[in-house]
Amino acid sequence: MAAHPGGLTALAPSPAGTKSGAAVSVRGLIRSFGTKSVLDGVDLDIAPGEFVALLGPSGCGKSTLLRALAGLDHDVRGSGVISVPDRVSVVFQDSRLLPWDSVLGNVTLGVREHDAGARARKALAEVGLAGREKAWPHQLSGGEQQRVALARSLVREPQLLLADEPFGALDALTRIRMHGLLQDLVAAHRPAVLLVTHDVDEAIALADRIVVLDQGRIATVRPVPEPIRTSADAAGHEALRRDLLAALGVEATAGH
Amino acid sequence: MSAVLDRPVVAPHQDPAQAGRPDVRPTGRRLGPGRRRRLAWVGPSALLLLWTAASATGALDPRILSEPWTVVAAAGELIADGRLQENLAISAQRAGLGLFFGILVGAVLALLSGLSRIGEALIDGPVQIKRAIPGLALIPLLILWFGIDETMKVLTITLGVFVPVYLQTHAGLRGIDLRFVELAQTVGLGRAGFIRKVVLPGALPGFFLGLRFAVTGAWVSLVVVEQINATSGIGYMMELARTYGQTNIIILGLAVYGILGLLSDGIVRFIERKALSWQRTLAG
Repeated sequence: MAAHPGGLTALAPSPAGTKSGAAVSVRGLIRSFGTKSVLDGVDLDIAPGEFVALLGPSGCGKSTLLRALAGLDHDVRGSGVISVPDRVSVVFQDSRLLPWDSVLGNVTLGVREHDAGARARKALAEVGLAGREKAWPHQLSGGEQQRVALARSLVREPQLLLADEPFGALDALTRIRMHGLLQDLVAAHRPAVLLVTHDVDEAIALADRIVVLDQGRIATVRPVPEPIRTSADAAGHEALRRDLLAALGVEATAGH
Repeated sequence: MSAVLDRPVVAPHQDPAQAGRPDVRPTGRRLGPGRRRRLAWVGPSALLLLWTAASATGALDPRILSEPWTVVAAAGELIADGRLQENLAISAQRAGLGLFFGILVGAVLALLSGLSRIGEALIDGPVQIKRAIPGLALIPLLILWFGIDETMKVLTITLGVFVPVYLQTHAGLRGIDLRFVELAQTVGLGRAGFIRKVVLPGALPGFFLGLRFAVTGAWVSLVVVEQINATSGIGYMMELARTYGQTNIIILGLAVYGILGLLSDGIVRFIERKALSWQRTLAG
């Protein structure tokens, strides 16, 4: 376990595994931009291998929380204690591939082990892009680019995968395929996952637990039982969906 | 069909294998330059033809502009007695040395200034001041310091070359997308890896833009230093021709400068295309 260096967050005394054995532990997290408070005392634990979806309307602070966990908020004022594993990968909404590097070069970026190339090939095969190692990013479709980004995050065998609306820029059909791919990858590699999204159905389909953030505070926490996650026809699916939408301030109409 | 848009009629692009099948399609106005065609030679050829015709009919006074064939004849004579090659070699050497040092200095200064705040504080100000002074205005000072030999000439070219290389490379370095900086941090790149994998490749398009300005600038500086205080070179050859009223040799000199300019720009563009093959642009 390691706390992020730098920033204003106090370093957590991080024994191997925090008291609860959690992969991620956040206590009293406060972040503000100028006078605007964005996170107002957030506590969150994520167990190893647990998939948590962070749901919330635009501007609720969900991306700020993810960026805090990723250690990308050096210049943001705040306080609180964050503890995350050593190996953290981030997938952004844009695939963020270096346009001047090949697909393989993008996946191996920052990997220091001598077998980086072989591992990257394996990761690319896992996301269904075997044989595209030499392609330039601009030669790929949006969905393929995002799959490369997934391969890049997997190649370092993360204990925590942070995903900031990773499918937000994809078309509906591609998004559904990517949901299946992400589920397979998570099942194979068992990282803890924090997925930031504003899509209720995406959250229900993927997460073990859904956390709704509202105005910088955790408003609702709902576990997603197995049958509800896997089938939209399961009893309780519609009720959960309605409750989550209500928590987001949307009155759901019957059906959709 | 009621046409809301004024649509141009387009010739059908039919696959020969499907001849006979109807190909009727609505077409919108096509933006962009259209398909690539190799027609760059048309304009210059037309000009050459016009020049030849005007000279042959006597409409063009040879004292104003020599006939094309006398220019060719002058070229033949100068090549036969070796004077053209000799002058061309010395000109190319000056331009080449000036370019080499200018590119080196410009790129190194841009890296120092683009990658560290101290470097920027020390370097950027003086370069901006240098940029404000027309490079050729320094020639009197350079002559006083270095005399009129090769050092002065190469230095004048160097001073003209390093500024665009510095400016464009520096802008390229500073224009690296912040999103890639974040990415580099999340994948755990160190400072050296960040510079090698993200900063330098990201700044390369800027460097090449600067390089193209630099090559053009090198020839401009070359012409100036060869027409004042020189006893060799293409510019000297033309200056000498002026005193004897030999328009054909002046035209020949212009043609040589033109060929050199096109050739060097072509080389830079070729290297650029190879180095930046990851880019996708309208040029296609």
